[in-house]
Amino acid sequence: MKNYVLEVKNLSTSFHSGKKEIPAVENLSFSILEGETLGIVGESGSGKSVTALSIMRLIPNPPGEIIGGEILYKDSDLLKISDDKIRQIRGNSISMIFQEPMTSLNPVYTIGNQLSEALILHKNLSKKEAMAKSLEMLISVGVPLAEKRLRQYPHQLSGGMRQRVMIAMALSCEPDILIADEPTTALDVTIQAQILNLIKEMKDRMGTAVLLITHDMGVIAEVADRVLVMYCGRAVEYADARTLFKTPKHPYTVGLLESIPNIEGEKKELHSIRGSVPTPGQITEGCRFKTRCDFVMDKCITLEPPIFDVGESKVRCWKYE
Amino acid sequence: MNENILEVKDLKVYFPIKGQLIPKTVGHVKAVDGVDFNIGYGETLGLVGESGCGKSTTGRAILRLLKVNSGSVLFEGKDVLKLSKNQLKETRKNMQLIFQDPYASLNPRMTIGDAIEEVLLVHNFGTKLQRKERTEELVQLVDLSKTYLTRYPHEFSGGQRQRIVIARALAVEPKLLICDEPVSALDVSIQSQIINLLENLQKELGIAYLFIAHDLSVVKHISKRIAVMYLGKIVEVADSEELFRNALHPYTQALLSAIPVIDPDIRKERIILEGDMQDNIELPKGCRFNNRCMYAMECCYSEEPKTIDVGEGHTVDCHLYK
Repeated sequence: MKNYVLEVKNLSTSFHSGKKEIPAVENLSFSILEGETLGIVGESGSGKSVTALSIMRLIPNPPGEIIGGEILYKDSDLLKISDDKIRQIRGNSISMIFQEPMTSLNPVYTIGNQLSEALILHKNLSKKEAMAKSLEMLISVGVPLAEKRLRQYPHQLSGGMRQRVMIAMALSCEPDILIADEPTTALDVTIQAQILNLIKEMKDRMGTAVLLITHDMGVIAEVADRVLVMYCGRAVEYADARTLFKTPKHPYTVGLLESIPNIEGEKKELHSIRGSVPTPGQITEGCRFKTRCDFVMDKCITLEPPIFDVGESKVRCWKYE
Repeated sequence: MNENILEVKDLKVYFPIKGQLIPKTVGHVKAVDGVDFNIGYGETLGLVGESGCGKSTTGRAILRLLKVNSGSVLFEGKDVLKLSKNQLKETRKNMQLIFQDPYASLNPRMTIGDAIEEVLLVHNFGTKLQRKERTEELVQLVDLSKTYLTRYPHEFSGGQRQRIVIARALAVEPKLLICDEPVSALDVSIQSQIINLLENLQKELGIAYLFIAHDLSVVKHISKRIAVMYLGKIVEVADSEELFRNALHPYTQALLSAIPVIDPDIRKERIILEGDMQDNIELPKGCRFNNRCMYAMECCYSEEPKTIDVGEGHTVDCHLYK
């Protein structure tokens, strides 16, 4: 029986704008098993990145604030521990890679310098030992001419190389959880395939659990074991990858899957979900998807659906009451 | 009778690199290095490739938005590159461009109505009243309400802005629309709306598209034919069905295999390319793809492959098919 490495319970994060409080994530619950890959998928503004930043406690305050919930990691609630404690966890047992490899590296330090920083800080290695370990990490993520790269600056590396450096950095302290926020969005498809392969390989080798955040259903289908679909700050569907792709339940998930052009098979007109994602705070009652849903009922307008168990999926929709 | 609206022949665009201290040209970035293709009337040609392969530069060069070094761009038989300023303006009426970023393509201080009307003004279209009518007609064509005309760009979402940009491009009834990554900046559910809109407009108005994108599944959906570009050159052209069924160039094969499939049961063995695209300042000798190709032979390092016609409009630049 596998154990949970991370459990998120009823997480709510809001941003303050003037006197208004705008919810970005509301009542979100999910968990990650040891060594599994959980994919979070959703469109822009659905609250995926805010979820990741909340776990790391990196929400800028003000204007942001985690207003409720629990994030359980190794019997402690990450939202309750002191700043010193979270700093020991961040980058050490839980680490993160970001979408933009161009802006996540410091342009005035060498790659070696930045890689060894975490090791010196968290693992109490000497500078020399840290450099040696950094070199080892660079080689393991497949950076050619690793020794030379250690002495180079970020601008001397291509996008794919930088993302490899980011992965090496995130994995250098052998974390229990790796949070990857759109790790391949800024990269070309052939490089994306390289990076996804690398994440899979590293996961298998080190047994790290991965929380993969993306808007790309293809990437999710490729690497995730279980999937959480988010819409407007809420979880709308939660299932294992196979169930989700074979039998999507929530009208949003169904629409999303149908709006992707299929490369195999006959060409037909693309399905599209009408309208666009409402801005946060625009819909205050009823189902968040009601303005775009084809199956909308009277109930959906005023009452927000709870999460129902449908077979092996969890779905937030009145259709499955 | 010529059935091609656009014929591009041996197009070359080089950007000079200036020395850091002395502003002397020290080399060239060969962004587009000998590109040939045709687009028929009312046809969609997809142009795919990774970032830096020169697809956007090609699109811009066709409209003469940047300096072209050599080659010819025949639009309805006339060479765009040799036209005078006035003739160029007249021709540009028939060729319009839409860009990737709908946030950056609209002037934030102009209402939507003004932005669309400006195009008509530049091309001396009718009276004030006629222009107003035309603007209203255009926003309705892209499924927006005409009450939006007095609003400003910040009031619209990305998808709506892209519709406005399309309406503006259609204002002067172009025969060819160059779409430079028109859906890349949009969310998936909005992407499909815009793709459907572009397809319906083509059916209604018979416009030809040059559809530039890096997302192969989108390109396959919309295009009749696809050209694959690598490092400033087109390496393979074929009908889209044929290309996906029978890709010949090793780069195309790798590109197709890298597309994630929306089915967790098919986690296929992919061809993972090693390394990155080389830079296009000092091109490798021989084939441009030789450092990443798994079939590279001796001749690939010495001789640049020629375009080989394998029948039914399928061409490929690769020594494997000599």
